[in-house]
Amino acid sequence: MLEFRKDLFAAERDDNLNIVGKGAQRQDMPGHVTGRSPFFDDHAFEGLLHLKVVRSPHHHARIRAIDTTAAERAPGVKRILRGADVPLNKNTLLSLINFGKDDEPTLAVSKVSYKGEPVVAIIAETEQQALAARALVRVDYDVLPHVFDVEEALKPGAPVVNETYPNNYFEYHDRYDHSKLRFGDVDRAFATADFIVDDRYQMSPIEHAPTETNGSIAAPEQNDRFVVHSCAQGLFFSLGTAAKILKLESNRLHFIGGTVGGGFGGKVDSLTEPLSILGAMMTGQPVRYVLDREEEMLYGSPRGAERIYIKDGILRDGRIVARRIRSYFDAGAYTRLSSYAAIKCTAHLPGPYTIPNVSADIYVAYTNRCPSTAMRGFGITAVDFALEVHMDKGAEACGMDPMEFRILNAYRDEDMKAHRRVAKNTALIECVQVVAEKAGWPLSDEARRQSSLTGGGGARALIPATPIDDNGRIGRPETRTGPATETLPAGAMRIPMTKQPIMEGSAEARPTPAAVPQYEPYRPTPASMPPAYQPMPAAPPPAMPPTAATAPPPAAAPAPAPAQPTQHGAVRFSSVFGTRRR
Amino acid sequence: MPIEFRTASTFSDAAGLIAGDRTARLLSGGTLIMRDINEGRLTDGLILRLVDPAYRQINLSGRVELGAGVTMAAILKRRELAYLHAPAQAIGGPAVRNMASIGGNLFAESPYGDFTVALLALDAQVMVMQGFGAPRAVPLEEFLAGRARGGQGLVTAVQFAPPQNAADFRFRKVSRVRPKGLAVLSVAAHLPMSGGRVSGARVAFGAMAPVPMRAKAVERVLEGKALDAAAITAARAAAAEGIRPVTDAIASEWYRREVLPVHLARLLSGQD
Amino acid sequence: MAKIPVQFRLNGSDRAAFVGPSDNLLTLLRRGLNDFGPKYGCGQGTCGTCTVLVDGDLQLSCLTLAATCEGKHVETVSGMAEGPVLHPLQQAFMDHFAAQCGFCTPGMLTAAKALLAANPNPTRAEVIDGISGNICRCTGYDAIIEAILAAARGGQAKRTY
Ligand SMILES: Cc1cc2nc3c(=O)[nH]c(=O)nc-3n(C[C@H](O)[C@H](O)[C@H](O)COP(=O)(O)OP(=O)(O)OC[C@H]3O[C@@H](n4cnc5c(N)ncnc54)[C@H](O)[C@@H]3O)c2cc1C
Ligand code: FES
Ligand code: FES
Repeated sequence: MLEFRKDLFAAERDDNLNIVGKGAQRQDMPGHVTGRSPFFDDHAFEGLLHLKVVRSPHHHARIRAIDTTAAERAPGVKRILRGADVPLNKNTLLSLINFGKDDEPTLAVSKVSYKGEPVVAIIAETEQQALAARALVRVDYDVLPHVFDVEEALKPGAPVVNETYPNNYFEYHDRYDHSKLRFGDVDRAFATADFIVDDRYQMSPIEHAPTETNGSIAAPEQNDRFVVHSCAQGLFFSLGTAAKILKLESNRLHFIGGTVGGGFGGKVDSLTEPLSILGAMMTGQPVRYVLDREEEMLYGSPRGAERIYIKDGILRDGRIVARRIRSYFDAGAYTRLSSYAAIKCTAHLPGPYTIPNVSADIYVAYTNRCPSTAMRGFGITAVDFALEVHMDKGAEACGMDPMEFRILNAYRDEDMKAHRRVAKNTALIECVQVVAEKAGWPLSDEARRQSSLTGGGGARALIPATPIDDNGRIGRPETRTGPATETLPAGAMRIPMTKQPIMEGSAEARPTPAAVPQYEPYRPTPASMPPAYQPMPAAPPPAMPPTAATAPPPAAAPAPAPAQPTQHGAVRFSSVFGTRRR
Repeated sequence: MPIEFRTASTFSDAAGLIAGDRTARLLSGGTLIMRDINEGRLTDGLILRLVDPAYRQINLSGRVELGAGVTMAAILKRRELAYLHAPAQAIGGPAVRNMASIGGNLFAESPYGDFTVALLALDAQVMVMQGFGAPRAVPLEEFLAGRARGGQGLVTAVQFAPPQNAADFRFRKVSRVRPKGLAVLSVAAHLPMSGGRVSGARVAFGAMAPVPMRAKAVERVLEGKALDAAAITAARAAAAEGIRPVTDAIASEWYRREVLPVHLARLLSGQD
Repeated sequence: MAKIPVQFRLNGSDRAAFVGPSDNLLTLLRRGLNDFGPKYGCGQGTCGTCTVLVDGDLQLSCLTLAATCEGKHVETVSGMAEGPVLHPLQQAFMDHFAAQCGFCTPGMLTAAKALLAANPNPTRAEVIDGISGNICRCTGYDAIIEAILAAARGGQAKRTY
């Protein structure tokens, strides 16, 4: 079934590689077929204790009182953990790279912001005893109004989901309630368009449903360390997170993992590691905390839902001249990785097409839903679905074949992308051609003759004059639709900053720097030579030289120029996005 | 009081223990009870296993009698019960079918209970033992009506007259996942024919009410008719009478209502 | 909470353990006897990663009360290979890339073994039914189905490690 199309881009490929393009046995296969691959739960410990959490039955409620006296006396119970037992009971995952503010407790203390939020942890000798004791914990709640809709959440007067972000949105660059992309002048272009195609797309959250549920086992090790068997997809990310939350030197944690029973993005949140380690610290015994299937499905953090509005301006000949996108990521109650998903989304727009005028506002909204997180292509997948459906509608509007419409508007090598990077290794045209061929879909000779390698660059490589605005200043929802404040001249790569950037990352509740890993400060490297096997571009170099390795952050991002080390020594975004070629 | 486990070796021991202890629950195949235990919903009470060989017996002389402990796999092994293979095959994968019992299926909550739907269309009787004494025959419909109240004692077996003609019995389960999955709905129909006309129609729906239900309106419109296009159209029109489907993870109430007549018609016309 | 003694055979050897009255067989195997072959994926019978054979019949160990296993013979994936020699199904799974994360593999292999024991020459549809109680989130099943069909056609046992 698999077919290698070696006729395409043959000059860009080396077919004499040892591994790429050839079948190779997985090195973990013998373990898998004999049942001996060591998943986190496949480790025997003497005196293993089991941890279960009490979860909020409400979407949003203030916690008035927690009574654990009956549970403490229940058979087999060794220890009960509450928020006050967690050394640093507020964290955000990307704080390890200085992105976002700490906003999520390990165990809720004063209020719960989603149904299923952990409140109390019970550690007992058997799972059954932990479950029985769990039923004895009494939590007294004052139920608060909740908000589930991303746009409702952004309206003034909506219930405050997450006190760290009191306006229910993630704060970009300490300035805006959304991530911005501005390229050319969409409003002027819409006025010239023959057709306007406008629509709304709504995605649902999607659970990864890995076959192995999230979990970990932590046990005291010699030399005052803890060994942690973890299913984390990013083992050292989890180690750093646990070290921060537990205020431990990271060298006191010995994480073992890498054998993951399916993750798909759902095992980057360190959902269990901090509590199992804390349990092991408090009891001096090995502690196992595994989500059951129901917890995994309901509270194991899904791919976030997205609402996407797309408006295209199309000329009679089928060329898209303007695309405006407004999208809302549903972060759920806490940030986790949604802030990053929105940046990926912004950078991906307007999809694999060359459109001379693009504008996008991408919001991350907090709602009283289970926090969402990474999942295969998150930030891209949903918007791509919406864009492709919209392409079909665009084709219909201008009476074109949808395949031809895509080929006509496809990006090509050397084109300027809306985030001001030059497109390379583009292949949409060839993909569409092959799909059409396989589907027996007739294409015109002209469409068949097109190639991603030719026709790009030149005028298509220019950065147009771009009006910019100050819409969506933090805390001022009325500014969301203000007029342009100035127009950047054609060719402008970045927005001049009027003030020094304030480094992101939380000042709040942060442990001493020693408790978190230190990162090397970002040092820009000169634009590197393209790899040897890559052919020189066919077209003359575009007007704007590609600045791969030194390219700036996304359009509206402040200049990273003053490479001022922050607390962790990282320049904002340096590891999230923007200074690295994807 | 945590969970206690005991084994009863005879029907009367088991029935006595159940009558004497409100917390007692019979562990039949365990496919439903164990989930409750594993997830902490069932944390105390008596779990009772019954090892009386009659509990798993199949008796095919005259009226069919299936011990309540008979599993779906055991039914699939008996060629004489071929008309019940479709509902037995519709329950879970092979491991579940090896464990799941008929008795447990009588207690399974919607959208489970596919086998019970088939039994309902066969006009089955449930043999119930309350405390000591001989089992009493209770019509399945009555048994299901009282199920929510609990305290039904021990089910020892189900009995029914086998269809005269295996082709008169039809079963269809609609699910989203193939080859197995929970029911959007299930339909069973026993349509004995006499002189080319339906005589004594029994039609039952699963996942259309809190417990499997008889489709009496459909039975009425089919009675005395040939199974032709007109009768099927009438059955379609009558399908929704008395149904109370719910919205769950498998399907919405609206969807269940919409597709029921379609699947009923396909079942009646022998379409796949 | 009174512990209950159980004696049974596990992959051909006699084992004895004390179990709690609500312990399931999966917990007994994994936590009591350190047989980590069968996995926990749901505890509700839906995923099949805990699949074992009890007296030759396919069963879900998470839905089997441990105390009921007295005198039975339980077989898990851990007993499939003969020393270093893989079972033909195991070899076929390797040859057909029928595992990615590997978490479903123990259950899949056990279900496949029961299928081939009852039906040495299954059709593709029968293979699909045979593993219909086992969820795989990684492979998309095709490679697994191919592997089972290949093993049925007479895959060779091989020495690997
Ligand atoms: C993965 C999976 C898929 C499933 N798919 C389906 C499906 O497609 N269709 C379907 O209908 N069901 C399905 N089920 C549910 C269930 O397996 C079946 O309904 C099965 O028939 C229940 O029988 P059991 O013997 O396992 O019940 P148990 O768990 O043993 O018992 C269930 C309840 O009935 C009571 N009980 C059982 N027998 C008696 C008796 N003789 N007397 C008094 N009380 C009794 C028990 O005390 C308990 O309360 C599925 C289950 C799983 C795990
Ligand atoms: S753990 Fe037993 S079926 Fe999933
Ligand atoms: S290989 Fe990962 S679940 Fe099957």
